[in-house]
Amino acid sequence: MIAALLLVPTIAGILTFFIRSAAAQRRLLRLTVTLHFLLTCGCWFLPLSKPDESSWLGLDAPGLFFLTVTSILTLAVGMYAAAFLRREASGVPRPIELIRALPNAPEAIFSGCSQLFLAAMTLVIVSRHFGLLWVAMEATTLVSAPLIYFHRSRHSLEATWKYLILCSIGIALALLGNFFLVVAGTGHGGLSLDALLAAGPHLNVLWLRAAAIFFFVGYGTKMGFAPLHTWRPDAYSESPTPVAALLSGALVNCAFFALLRVQQVLGAAGEAEFGRELFLGFGLFSILVAAIFVIRQADYKRLLAYSSVEHVGILAVGAGLAKAGLMGSLLHALNHSLVKAMLFMVAGNILAASRTKSIPEVRGMLRVVPVSAVLWIAGFLAITGSPPFGTFLSEFTILKAAIDQSQFFVAAAYLFLLVAIFIAVAQLFLGMAQGEAPASSGTRQPEALATIVPPIALCMLALSLGLYVPAPLQDLMNAAAQTLSGSM
Amino acid sequence: MKSGFDTVMIFLVLSNLALLGSSRLGMCVRALALQGLVLSVLPVIVDMADITARDLTLGLGTMLVKGFLFPWILLRTLRDAGVRREIEPYVGYTMSLIIGAALLALALWLDRRLPLPHSFVSPLLVPVSFFTIFCGLFILLSRKKAITQVIGYLVLENGIYSFGMALAHEEPFLVEMGMLLDIFAAVFVMGIAIFHIHREFEHMDTARMTLLKDDYSG
Repeated sequence: MIAALLLVPTIAGILTFFIRSAAAQRRLLRLTVTLHFLLTCGCWFLPLSKPDESSWLGLDAPGLFFLTVTSILTLAVGMYAAAFLRREASGVPRPIELIRALPNAPEAIFSGCSQLFLAAMTLVIVSRHFGLLWVAMEATTLVSAPLIYFHRSRHSLEATWKYLILCSIGIALALLGNFFLVVAGTGHGGLSLDALLAAGPHLNVLWLRAAAIFFFVGYGTKMGFAPLHTWRPDAYSESPTPVAALLSGALVNCAFFALLRVQQVLGAAGEAEFGRELFLGFGLFSILVAAIFVIRQADYKRLLAYSSVEHVGILAVGAGLAKAGLMGSLLHALNHSLVKAMLFMVAGNILAASRTKSIPEVRGMLRVVPVSAVLWIAGFLAITGSPPFGTFLSEFTILKAAIDQSQFFVAAAYLFLLVAIFIAVAQLFLGMAQGEAPASSGTRQPEALATIVPPIALCMLALSLGLYVPAPLQDLMNAAAQTLSGSM
Repeated sequence: MKSGFDTVMIFLVLSNLALLGSSRLGMCVRALALQGLVLSVLPVIVDMADITARDLTLGLGTMLVKGFLFPWILLRTLRDAGVRREIEPYVGYTMSLIIGAALLALALWLDRRLPLPHSFVSPLLVPVSFFTIFCGLFILLSRKKAITQVIGYLVLENGIYSFGMALAHEEPFLVEMGMLLDIFAAVFVMGIAIFHIHREFEHMDTARMTLLKDDYSG
């Protein structure tokens, strides 16, 4: 099953480069994401893999959880991307800043790299070996770089370069973390996750801590913790919206998952407290930085990027609050992915209608693209953690964990910053939907079904998660938190 | 073979200093090639008593990729882009060398602070690896040209690689090959990116890439 999950997107991705017809490429992309989703559904009915020191691949409870999130997201984005590509190819007027840019990169690069990206993310999730995990993580950077440079403009090139260099340095430092981990586990079987967990208390603490720091800086760059987040606003605002949705929805989770694995090893060695402090420190600082940059932001795609920085902060704070917080964090990873991907898709629709990314210039979207505008407002409520959306439930779980563990400073700072962000975002989002539309964006524009169904589906999922978390999902998250927090 | 090992380490230190003190990009690429060739000897001589096919393959792979392929890609990019020198880096060349000396001292100090659980062929391996990593990071931060940043990234990576050699027998072969492949792909992609940067901006000065920044309304 795991082999199929990896092979389907890899083979399809490579195959895409040999298909001439753009329509066939789009069909293959949709077929691949659907197959991947069906295979993931199949994994729910199979027994989870047992710890096995000799096996490099395996799917345990946390793996299955993150695989499901990634797969749902890629399914939605894949469907949307096909419509996006059709819109790009149909020669509609481009956003003002793209008028002077070169023609888009060939569609094969977009479809092919998207599928390879899915394969690399799947490999991150199923690997039970830190070396393999590293290789997969680096692969995600490399196959996503051409995706960011799809609109071949100066802006997107600059963004791609920053993304490549910063993430490569981050990944290089994570490699050093891997080697430190080898030193810490000398004589206990290298980098296999299960071997390290079994060695637990015998690991060399000094080197283990050094390794953890490098992992946090390395994979933290990829996840986008402040102050390592600087590539994110650029990459998210310059890449095509389906790509931004994938980067912020799926990739962030993969990097978070890698850090949770590191934390798992720390826990086995009795150093869980050290990892939690790292999570809390990076988490709170990220929320703070996001709050500062969100206020009066003038570009709505950059706004969404800073909101992602806020949410990785929330994920990290949750992971820093033992098992109860981790539960909230897992739920939040799911909720945030759904909502953020949906928002990027809607942002794509708004961009196509208004041809600008500037917040002050976008007005009256309710009249021009009513469905997208309503989704935009729903997305605003969801992303700021308002009830009844799932994000409210997960953010509240994390807050409760902080108070239960008498981390009052953490709770107060967390709450204050979230309220500040709520106010800032409200002002910006609502202004875009309401008011008179400027003459340039014209009157009511048609909205293609394929560009609004995926965001509606994601929005409904996020809404229903706020009202009711199904029992199997609850059980899986419980098992995942149990595994990750070390109490086997 | 201890003396041979130490010679390799000294070559590493010298090539780092050459990279820090040179403004000619062609010279930097050659110093990098030398570093790659020197590193490719490491897997073989790290344990002379027991040379396996795996050591030889790894050495050969390293030599091909780091000694020949990377310099070739970089020199080609230099030729296509028509740049010869890094002019006006953020930190001057004399100052870079002085900082280099300080970094060497820092690496030695750090080595004392982090004692390895078991001893290796040469006590120089760990501090020299740290020094190479620091030099790579410093070049990344202090130079402006996109290509010099790639060189910095590779120096950083070389340092990590030589640290990894200390642990050669602790981890599986496949992983090392995977890493080599990934880094190769990274340089390849960066090379293409530089080509595009040069064509679009007609320079490859990352300090002048300032289109993207936060604007604030009101």
